[in-house]
Amino acid sequence: MKILAFAEQRNGQFKKTAFEVVTAAKTIAGQLNGEVIAVVVGNNIASIAGQLGGYGVAKVLIVEDTRLELYSTTAFAKIIADVVKEEGVEIILLPASEMGKDVAPRVSVKLDAGLAAGCTALKVENGIVKATRPVYAGKGLVDVIVKTPVKLFTLRPNVFTASAPGNIEAVVERRQVNLEETDFAVSVKEIKASSGKKDVAEADIIVSGGRGLKGPEHFGMIEELAGSLGAAVGASRAVVDAGWRPHDEQVGQTGKTVSPSLYIAVGISGAVQHLAGMSSSKYIVAVNKDKDAPIFTIADYGIVGDAFEVVPAITAEVKKILGK
Amino acid sequence: MKILVFVNHVPDTETKVKVGADAKSIDPTGVNYMLSPYDEFGVEEGLKTKQQLGGEVVVVSLGGETNKETLRKALAMGCDKAVLLKDSSVRDSYSVARSLADYAKEYGADIIFCGKQSIDYDDAQVGALVAEMLGIPSVSVVVKLEIKEGSITAEREIEGGHEVVVSKLPAVICAQKGLNEPRYPSLKGIMDAKRKLIEEKIPAAVESRVEVIAMSNPPAKAQGKIVGTDASAAAELVRLLHEEAKVL
Ligand SMILES: Cc1cc2nc3c(=O)[nH]c(=O)nc-3n(C[C@H](O)[C@H](O)[C@H](O)COP(=O)(O)OP(=O)(O)OC[C@H]3O[C@@H](n4cnc5c(N)ncnc54)[C@H](O)[C@@H]3O)c2cc1C
Ligand SMILES: Nc1ncnc2c1ncn2[C@@H]1O[C@H](COP(=O)(O)O)[C@@H](O)[C@H]1O
Repeated sequence: MKILAFAEQRNGQFKKTAFEVVTAAKTIAGQLNGEVIAVVVGNNIASIAGQLGGYGVAKVLIVEDTRLELYSTTAFAKIIADVVKEEGVEIILLPASEMGKDVAPRVSVKLDAGLAAGCTALKVENGIVKATRPVYAGKGLVDVIVKTPVKLFTLRPNVFTASAPGNIEAVVERRQVNLEETDFAVSVKEIKASSGKKDVAEADIIVSGGRGLKGPEHFGMIEELAGSLGAAVGASRAVVDAGWRPHDEQVGQTGKTVSPSLYIAVGISGAVQHLAGMSSSKYIVAVNKDKDAPIFTIADYGIVGDAFEVVPAITAEVKKILGK
Repeated sequence: MKILVFVNHVPDTETKVKVGADAKSIDPTGVNYMLSPYDEFGVEEGLKTKQQLGGEVVVVSLGGETNKETLRKALAMGCDKAVLLKDSSVRDSYSVARSLADYAKEYGADIIFCGKQSIDYDDAQVGALVAEMLGIPSVSVVVKLEIKEGSITAEREIEGGHEVVVSKLPAVICAQKGLNEPRYPSLKGIMDAKRKLIEEKIPAAVESRVEVIAMSNPPAKAQGKIVGTDASAAAELVRLLHEEAKVL
């Protein structure tokens, strides 16, 4: 059985999710006696493709074209579907990143395949892949199976751990996919980067601030703590709605769902809608002056105190320990 | 312009999820339902598009009789017409999308708005599925949209920035928070909505491709540790993160 891993890259660099997806593919391949193929789509990607060998991929297919420098939902969907048909792939894993979430449904229609989206665990039982996915913003979990012969799964970023890379180079094969102008019916013209800041959706550590910070001018101390940790800055909806912070920082049911290793919530009460977006973080720290704030019910470590005193003290300690 | 808006009727965000007797779905007892928040941005963008280009806005929901509450809300916001694709069976995103796409085709939509995801199953699939079924463009997670002479320029949120996407109508646009500020229904809107007829149609049965075999609640978290009550606890906290949790 062949398992295809879509290894996402941007600007000629693999995203962390690429290694997570490839590792997950390798794990289920082990249980299904299958073989993992990876596919990389873009422009000037030949030099990075071999890296995937270190994660146990035997063969990496690359599809290169100058028009694939930036993402196109229509072109990428066609390429992935073509590769699947050509190779006779039965299971396809993609990241549940903004690219993977966008392209996977289209691939599923092209292949008459069911898609289980945003999975947080994959298990093989009696030769069948069973996926676990959070529903109702993580307040429930469902186990699902895909009933079609070809099956797609997208994997939530930061949940599946990538194995430590070995130094085996994979065999890289170039694939030609015939792309017409019409295959670029939807295309990205440019990317506007948000001034080099880390995105909560990808960060391994997040420091989030809420209304307890009293005003936008006090987010400097959140940024400083985040800076000392190499973390992204997040926010509750209350402060986003108040215009203190941009909405791409909002964590929660109507913001981003995150699963970092460490989530530090400062001056955030912990409303269910906020918890919905971050409760699957590996470790949660809360700083809040109200000992009864609901955030403490899910925090691993808490400090009941005034953020204005506690946060600078944490920053100072972090700098000591990390030598920055 | 023939403008379609897809809206889903979902448990409100306060809902405590209790697993139902079938061990596969939510126990609906005591659950309040609402117009899925992202779909509200879709409705607003549909109404704004009509203001700009004229035409009509038709709002569509697939589900049971109670989905009419959500359709009424959309009507109250100003949509011209509502259609209920009446079917209360358990459907996956594919099956929902199939019926919505069939309706969109029959209606001949110039543009379709939906939310970036429903906040029940958090699938984020339906918009792109419908687009692919209809063979038309789609842009997901849209925070900015411009329509000019049949061409669209949209900004969609990605990790660490925005992609500026160009395409043509007809297309499916999946709304993200930030696209607009949804209007509140006016009193007149609410009154009018009560009188408007909601058209009912029975969609064809479509077999689901993804089957839920079990539902559970995530394991409860053990009580955490309160490290201290003032700044002097910072050193201990950082030590714990470094040595116990090993996340630093
Ligand atoms: C449909 C819907 C969707 C929603 N989606 C989201 C979402 O995606 N994300 C989200 O976050 N919310 C969401 N909400 C809003 C949510 O219900 C809360 O209103 C919001 O999370 C509260 O933000 P907050 O914790 O910053 O503010 P508050 O609830 O006001 O909490 C402020 C906290 O700061 C503490 N505090 C005050 N001063 C200090 C100090 N000096 N030091 C330390 N602590 C201090 C207080 O004790 C309090 O606990 C949604 C709501 C609805 C209805
Ligand atoms: N039952 C439904 N009826 C109408 N629209 C729906 C339905 N389910 C999903 N949608 C639309 O599709 C979007 C994405 O939903 P989903 O893929 O379920 O996360 C939603 O925001 C709605 O706009």
